[in-house]
Amino acid sequence: MLRLGLGGALGVALVVLPFWVPSNWQNLLISTFYYAYLGQAWNILGGYAGQLSLGHAAFFAIGAYTSAVLAIHLGISPWLGMLAGAVFAAILSLGIGYLGFRFGLRGFYFILLTLAAAEICRLIALHLPILGGYTGLFITFTPNPWQFQFRGKIPYYFIALAFLCVACGIVWLIQRSKLGTYLVAIREDEDASEALGVDTFRYKMIAYAVSAALTALGGTFYAYFQFYLQPNTVLHINHSVDIMIRPIVGGSGTILGPVLGSFLLELLGEFSRTYFAAGTAGLNVVIYGLLLIIVVLFLPRGVYPTLAHLMRRAAWRRP
Amino acid sequence: MSLLTVDGVSKLFGGLRAVHRVSFDLAEGEMLGLIGPNGAGKTTLFHVISGFLRPDEGSVTYAGESMVGLRPHDICQRGMVRTFQIARPFLRLTVLENVIVGALEGVAHRREAVAIAQEILDLTGLAQKAASMGHSLTLPDRKRLELARALATRPRVLLLDEVMAGLNPTETGRLIDLIRAIHGRGVTVLLIEHVMKAVMALSQRVLVLNYGELIAEGRPEEVVRDPKVIEAYLGEESAGAEAGTESSAEAGTDG
Repeated sequence: MLRLGLGGALGVALVVLPFWVPSNWQNLLISTFYYAYLGQAWNILGGYAGQLSLGHAAFFAIGAYTSAVLAIHLGISPWLGMLAGAVFAAILSLGIGYLGFRFGLRGFYFILLTLAAAEICRLIALHLPILGGYTGLFITFTPNPWQFQFRGKIPYYFIALAFLCVACGIVWLIQRSKLGTYLVAIREDEDASEALGVDTFRYKMIAYAVSAALTALGGTFYAYFQFYLQPNTVLHINHSVDIMIRPIVGGSGTILGPVLGSFLLELLGEFSRTYFAAGTAGLNVVIYGLLLIIVVLFLPRGVYPTLAHLMRRAAWRRP
Repeated sequence: MSLLTVDGVSKLFGGLRAVHRVSFDLAEGEMLGLIGPNGAGKTTLFHVISGFLRPDEGSVTYAGESMVGLRPHDICQRGMVRTFQIARPFLRLTVLENVIVGALEGVAHRREAVAIAQEILDLTGLAQKAASMGHSLTLPDRKRLELARALATRPRVLLLDEVMAGLNPTETGRLIDLIRAIHGRGVTVLLIEHVMKAVMALSQRVLVLNYGELIAEGRPEEVVRDPKVIEAYLGEESAGAEAGTESSAEAGTDG
C-alpha cells in the first residue's frame, strides 16, 4: 500500500515537474533520463552479463546517423529510422561479439576490442561524405512530430522519460527470466556456468545485441534533440565513458543503479559547473573527477547496493 | 554396455604429456574411482571428458555419440556434468539461485526450476542455507553446493573432482553418504578422489593414473596392494616395505 502510494506520488511528480521547473532544469532532467536510459542499455551487457564495453558510442552513433541519413536523403521518419538503426547496431554488436566471445576474449581484452571497434567506426564516419565527414551532419529543424522534432523541451522530456521507463521494464523482465539468471551466472563465473549447461556464447551474444539496439535508439533521440552530429563528439571514447560511468557509479547489475547514477552525476556535473567553472578554466572538470573518485573509492560496488544494504539494516533494526 | 568410453586419449601441454593414451569404460550405474598422485593428469582427463579441453588424440564417446569438439554446455545438456576441484560458487548469488542456474535448462517455467532446486537443496542438506550468499559459505558447504548445482542439471553421469578435499572426517562421512544416495537414484558416478577412505567406501572399481598413464585398474582393495600403485605414491624404495597397508595409499590425502 505504502509502495503503491509512493509510486503514484512519484508518477504524478514526474508528469507535473517539467511544467513547473525553469528551462535549464528541464534540460537537466532530460539529460538525466537520457543518460539513465543509455546506462540501462549498457547495464544489460556490462552490469548483468559482466562484459565491459568501452565502445557503446559506436552503437549510439549508428542509431543517430542511420535515422538522420534516412530522414535527410529518403525522407523516412526517424520513428522508423530508429528501428533500422537498432537493427544495424545489433548486427555490428553480433560481429564484435562473435570475434570476442568465440575466441574467448575476456576482461581487458574484450574492453580493448570494443574500444577498437568504436574507434574504427569514428574513423569511418570522419571520412564518409554521406555522414558529413569531419564537419558533421546538420538536421534542419521542422517542428513536425512525425519527423521527431518538437517545439520546446517538454515533448523531449516525456520521450526521454518513456525511453527510460521502457528500458527499465526490459531489464526488469530480463532479471526475472532465464536470460537474466544466466547472464548473472556468466558474470560470476563463466566456466562454472558453461559446465552447468549454460550456452555462454549464445547468451552473451543476446545480451550484446539487446544492449546495442537499445543504445542505438538513444542515439536517434540525441540526433533529434541536438540537431547536430559530429564524429568526434558522438563517437569519441569520452562518450563511451559517459555511457558506462553512470551504471558503474550507481551500481551495475541492478535496475536502479543506472537511474541513481545518472541523477547523482548530473547533479555533480551541474554543481561543479555552477560553482567552479567561472574561475579557472577546467577546474569544474577536476572537481567533477575528484568527486567521482571519492564515490568509486568508498562505494566500489556502486551507490545503490550500498544504499539498499543500509536500508535493509535500518528496516531490520525496527521492531 | 558402457555409457562412457574413453579410448586412447592423450593431451599434451607443450612438451608435457599430461594424459597419455588413456582408455577405460564406464558402465551405466557404475561408481568408478580415479586416483593417482598430484599432477598425474586426473583433472586434465576430466577437462577432456567434459569438453573444456580438446584431446590431442583419442576419442570420448558418451551414449553412443562422440563428445570431442562439443562445448561443455552441450555435454552437460546431454546428461554428463562435472564439478570443479576448487569449488566455484556464484559468489554474489544465493545458494538457491546458484542451484537454479543448473536447473533452468530444459524446463518450461522458472517455477519448475525453483521446485527442482529446492528438492535438491533438501537432498544435499543445504535447505537452511538457501538464502545465504555464495561468498558466505564455509568450505564444506561450498563443496555441497558444487554437488547440488551439478545435480540440478539432472545428470546421467556425474564427474566429481575431489569433492572431499579439505573436509574433516565427519564431513567426509556425510558426503560419502550423500554420494551413495545419489548413486542409489541411478546416477553413474566417476570420481577423482585423494581421500582413500572415500575411494574405498564408494568405488566399485578404481583406475590409477600416474604421469598421465593408466597404471592399474581393479577393485579398490586390490589396487591399493598393487606394488606399481604403491610405488607411484611413495617412490620406489618404500614400495617393498609398506606394501599392502591402507595407510600407505593414504599418504596421498594431502592433495
